[in-house]
Amino acid sequence: MTTTTPPATIGTQDTNKRSTRAARVRGRLNSRIATVAAIVIAVVWTIPTFGLFVSSFRPEEQIKTTGWWNFFSDPQFTLENYQDVLFGQNASSGQLAGYFINSFVITVPSVLFPIAFASLAAYALAWMNFRGRDWVYIGIFALQIVPLQMALVPLLSFFSRGVSLGGVTLMPAWNLDGAQNFAQVWFAHTCFALPFAVFLLHNFMSQLPRDLMEAARVDGASHPKIFRTIVLPLVAPALAALGIFQFLWVWNDLLVALIFAGGSDVTAPLTVRLAELAGTRGNEWQRLTAGAFVSIVVPLIVFLSLQRYFVRGLLAGSVKG
Amino acid sequence: MAFHARPRQALALVGAIGLALSATACGTGSSSNNSGNNDNAGSAECAPYEKYQGHNGKKVSIYSSIRDIEADRLDQSWEQFEKCTGIEINHEGSGDFEAQLPVRADGGNAPDLAFIPQPGLLQRFAERGQIKAASAETKAMAEENYPADWLKYSTVGGTFYGAPLGSNVKSFVWYSPKMFQENNWTVPTTWDELIKLSDTIADSGTKPWCAGIESGEATGWPATDWIEDLMLRTQTPEVYDQWTTHEIPFNDPRVAEALDRAGTILKNEKYVNGGFGGVRSIATTAFQEAGVPITQGKCAMHRQASFYANQWPSGTKVAEDGDVFAFYFPAIDPAKGKPVLGGGEFVTAFNDRPEVQAVQTYLASGEYANSRAKIGDWVSANNKLDLANVANPIDKLSVEILQDDSSVFRFDGSDLMPAAVGQGTFWKGMVEWINGKDTATVLQGIEGSWK
Repeated sequence: MTTTTPPATIGTQDTNKRSTRAARVRGRLNSRIATVAAIVIAVVWTIPTFGLFVSSFRPEEQIKTTGWWNFFSDPQFTLENYQDVLFGQNASSGQLAGYFINSFVITVPSVLFPIAFASLAAYALAWMNFRGRDWVYIGIFALQIVPLQMALVPLLSFFSRGVSLGGVTLMPAWNLDGAQNFAQVWFAHTCFALPFAVFLLHNFMSQLPRDLMEAARVDGASHPKIFRTIVLPLVAPALAALGIFQFLWVWNDLLVALIFAGGSDVTAPLTVRLAELAGTRGNEWQRLTAGAFVSIVVPLIVFLSLQRYFVRGLLAGSVKG
Repeated sequence: MAFHARPRQALALVGAIGLALSATACGTGSSSNNSGNNDNAGSAECAPYEKYQGHNGKKVSIYSSIRDIEADRLDQSWEQFEKCTGIEINHEGSGDFEAQLPVRADGGNAPDLAFIPQPGLLQRFAERGQIKAASAETKAMAEENYPADWLKYSTVGGTFYGAPLGSNVKSFVWYSPKMFQENNWTVPTTWDELIKLSDTIADSGTKPWCAGIESGEATGWPATDWIEDLMLRTQTPEVYDQWTTHEIPFNDPRVAEALDRAGTILKNEKYVNGGFGGVRSIATTAFQEAGVPITQGKCAMHRQASFYANQWPSGTKVAEDGDVFAFYFPAIDPAKGKPVLGGGEFVTAFNDRPEVQAVQTYLASGEYANSRAKIGDWVSANNKLDLANVANPIDKLSVEILQDDSSVFRFDGSDLMPAAVGQGTFWKGMVEWINGKDTATVLQGIEGSWK
């Protein structure tokens, strides 16, 4: 298509097929100006990250004295920063390799638990009839308004002091030690993720065609059967989307980890280590460049490998059988 | 089928990378394991630790803002103590110490001991009854080893909460001995000499001073040190105390005098900002980088604490005959004594179990101070600290100043004030002041924020 013709041709083609709003938007966004604008925005957004990336390969004195763009006029390449943050032998360098596993141990259950619970809850709220269902749903929806910062101290007290009411102990203190602290982090992340996860999955599930459920019922399927064989596969894109969100959030989380995992090398995730990497007075900040890229790798892989779920149509072909 | 197979491949990929990384992690991560290992408890090298024994197998957790290489050295410094007493000390350092500690204390998850660098924060815990008074032994040990000037900062309402540990001296001006020698400049010992020297250097075409107060969310703190140093120099220590406790308003004329005196250097286009630009560049220069032009001959003097020794580019020799060194920031009237501004952390207990008190007492002792000093890069006001154990020249100078009888020590004022002022409006006010706001308006603003 040349630039002079598009409005007319796109218009007629669209009316011939289907004049949907999406198609119109797509047509408009296909113009050259929009493309250029998109590229400009992408470049502007990427430049800081690119600068950080270039910096991570520059020697320490270079990073500290000149800007990253000097790399092109005076290229000095080193992998020392990566060597330092990943495999440094003394605790004063990064040893990020050791914290990687902590991040995984924290992140994987913190993604799976809320998705598992939320999908069950969302199914019940969307397709099972019980009294007060709407109120429960509104209650969960309303919980999203509570900022998690408000819950930090009470939740910490819940773990370390337990719960007692009028002198009666309802739940004893957890008294966790060392690696057991992971349980606290999982618990905290799961709690904080559930309201949004239930809300999101409920919206997806309630959009599924009623015919499908009724057909399954007629064939004698029970709720667990419907949930497993019909609902779960159909909401897979939603689960993946939620999984990506939750993964990125937990992987990048510093606040919850600091409070519930602590800073010991047994439980602290990458983010906690990154925050300390620059040293007591921030004089080793050249390590942050490489450290940031080490911690970016995993979210990048997760995002790129699951991103097509974002794009995939939700109900592609499900009703036609 | 493809629909199901691909995500699994992706998961397998992620998993494989995780495994590969964790495998390498096992090779590098080494954890110290010395619990219950006190076989040599009766030996000669354990003799100094006899009075702390009897807590074998107990654990004590310590929380502080010390991290990285300094944290390694801490662990190393009490290794012998752990071996001899069987007490296992777990130290955790965090950059968010000041924000995290109150959260942990409120949530019932406080550490056993915390090294608190702000007496203002210590006071907050004391007022809420969250910290425990120091035991009689700790108190006796602290009174024996530390000057009274220091101990009053960890005493709240007559109760003593803990001894100081490390210290730093802030009244230092960094310079290049080489540059001074080549130009025949001499180290000034009075304020007038300092100004005269600044003029000489400015006339020679080099800007005499460089400064930088950018420090992320703490931007402004290096300037507050300037003001505190000049409060101590233009006023008496008593007025300084009244200022930090708000007995005189923040916009008192005497504070304005100190601020204006600092302005004669910091806001003087003739003097600053060597290697960076004009006065305003002070606000945007990172404090870590601010002194570096000295090594490039673009700036002659930089007022910053003793810990700045670690900020020089690697390979810079810090010594009286080296590339950089520091001299004492001179007093205006030397006859009134040597005012010294400094900081330090206090060992405060959130728990009064006997093993916690034993560690608290030990950390106040001369044995500990010497054990830590031997490892390097550490200063303390502990008067049992042997100068021979302090290797680093700048640390040696700091210890000499701290142990000098004519020194009048005062703690960093912004750490004594309530956090909203000392770590809030005072910092921000200094940035505005550097950016051109006049003294009266800035002080008025800070005073208004102190409720």
